[in-house]
Amino acid sequence: MSTNKLLLILFIIATLAFSTSQANDDLKNSPKLGVAADELSPQPQWNLSIAPDGKGLPAGSGTAAQGAKIFANQCAACHGPEGIGGAAEPLVGEVGSLTDDYPEKTVNSYWPYATTLFDYIRRSMPIQAPFSLSADEVYALSAYILSQDDIIATDAVMNADTLPKVEMPNRDGFISIYQQKP
Amino acid sequence: MTLPTTATTDLATTLNKQVIDRRRFLQHAILGSAVASSATLSLPIWAEEPEKQITNDPDTFPKNLPEAMRTAGAEFTNYGQPSPHEQHVIRWVSANSAALGTGVSWTPLHELQGTITPNGLHYERHHNGVPKIDPANHILLIDGLVKQPLKFSVKHLLRYPMISRTCFIECGGNSNSGWRNNPIQTKAGYAHGLISNCEWTGIPLKLLLQEAGVKSAAKWVIAEGADGSALNMSIPVEKLMDDAILALYQNGERIRPENGYPMRLVLPGWEGITNIKWLRQLKLTDAPTMSRDETSQYTELMPDGKARQFTFEMDAKSLITSPSLGMTLPDNPGVYQITGLAWSGRGKITKVEVSADGGKTWIDATLQGPILDKAFTRFSLPWHWKGDYAILQSRATDETGYVQPTRAALVESRGKHGFFHYNAIVSWEITEEGDINHVYE
Repeated sequence: MSTNKLLLILFIIATLAFSTSQANDDLKNSPKLGVAADELSPQPQWNLSIAPDGKGLPAGSGTAAQGAKIFANQCAACHGPEGIGGAAEPLVGEVGSLTDDYPEKTVNSYWPYATTLFDYIRRSMPIQAPFSLSADEVYALSAYILSQDDIIATDAVMNADTLPKVEMPNRDGFISIYQQKP
Repeated sequence: MTLPTTATTDLATTLNKQVIDRRRFLQHAILGSAVASSATLSLPIWAEEPEKQITNDPDTFPKNLPEAMRTAGAEFTNYGQPSPHEQHVIRWVSANSAALGTGVSWTPLHELQGTITPNGLHYERHHNGVPKIDPANHILLIDGLVKQPLKFSVKHLLRYPMISRTCFIECGGNSNSGWRNNPIQTKAGYAHGLISNCEWTGIPLKLLLQEAGVKSAAKWVIAEGADGSALNMSIPVEKLMDDAILALYQNGERIRPENGYPMRLVLPGWEGITNIKWLRQLKLTDAPTMSRDETSQYTELMPDGKARQFTFEMDAKSLITSPSLGMTLPDNPGVYQITGLAWSGRGKITKVEVSADGGKTWIDATLQGPILDKAFTRFSLPWHWKGDYAILQSRATDETGYVQPTRAALVESRGKHGFFHYNAIVSWEITEEGDINHVYE
């Protein structure tokens, strides 16, 4: 081993030791009252966020046809009969409008990931009763919205496997301003 | 059309002269001579005040005292409220008519002084109302890429060492009416008051993360609220290990329900949406979750069709709160205190300049200390208004050297559809009648 390499290793060890000791200093005066919570991690009411790769999606499935019926009952009052024209944000249409003079940021024109649709509907909609829809219903509503702009086929089945694979039209439309430190 | 700002030296001279003149005038009046020679001054005619007879007669003088001095006052109160004469100082609510818990309420910045926002006037942005949370039933879970998932009760968290930090929290959508083609004619706080400044007290978040043991693969933390939208946002772990606070107190008392009771995240300088209220979980992950509020919302669409994402830091900004729209200048000519607020998500404010001619000439305002990092800084400058048309502006510079842009420059670089992060210079037009309008310069 060369001297340089040895010095580098020693430096790394010293740095690690320093950062660990700093953490310990902070913790020294902490009462450390956190209680081990391993039993909560697998419970369905925790770790609700769904990742773009589909991690966190529950079992279940739905199609656009099923979704259309649920949409009429649960969503149309605010979002319009076909996901547009209601008091709430338009959900569909305007794909390709983002460079227009009057761009429309709908789910189908703007959202980069289809998994976000499942995540958001489940936790926030319908607004008077979040978490009231079943996983099948949320998959069906996702399928209904996506199929309106032919992002998926009308008869496509959305589930934990297929939803993350949906390619949203604006998938590459975002630039991260925050630069993570390496 | 516009006229140059009165230079401060001129103003100081004028003020000094007025003080000296007044003193002389009063001396002369007392001496009962030279009244005529002073009558040309544009000052109140002191000598015309009728002289009150000073008397010790117990039957007559008490009647001249205010009622409040001749009666017993009101009883004690368990929790004080503002004077009934200040009932107009309120948050202005702008909610979705179909979902009344969704929308915003604005801090009346134009009614306030100093730098601290009273708790009852802190701005609100709710995505599905204010949840009713019993702290006895609330826990915080730290999970994901940690050595040991931990849960914390509120009772336990209250035993941790705490720090206090005064900082602003600003909604990413504050001032967004500025993107419109026509200047909105709304009072200062009701267009720019989705920002408030409080002393937040709580636990340095790194203490809790260290207790759980952050794994090296953890780069992001998904924070989630216990409200009716279970609002979730991804935050870089390095911010939480830096200056983030798990806040339990706001201006000395427990956080108000509408501000996150029993606990919220406070991320100094970062846009409001990341300061998750009613915090229930922090999940450490290797990548952002791409939630609705970090993709579909709180991203800024640019003219080329691309959108800026994870624009956490709030850019430097300032606003003249007085005089501002809704007020009038009663005395013409008259001396007015121009005052307002400046702040930056990147550090301390180093300079605020004020212009009375729509940005042609600028004068440094006085900054009221202490100047705090990522917090409101109050500025002021006396202004001798001569009754001419004027356009008042303020321009902030922060310690990174960043200078608040003009609206034209902001629109030039971002287009008009960004919606979030509007921080351009605000222009108040003063008419010759002393009325105030919002204009674009």
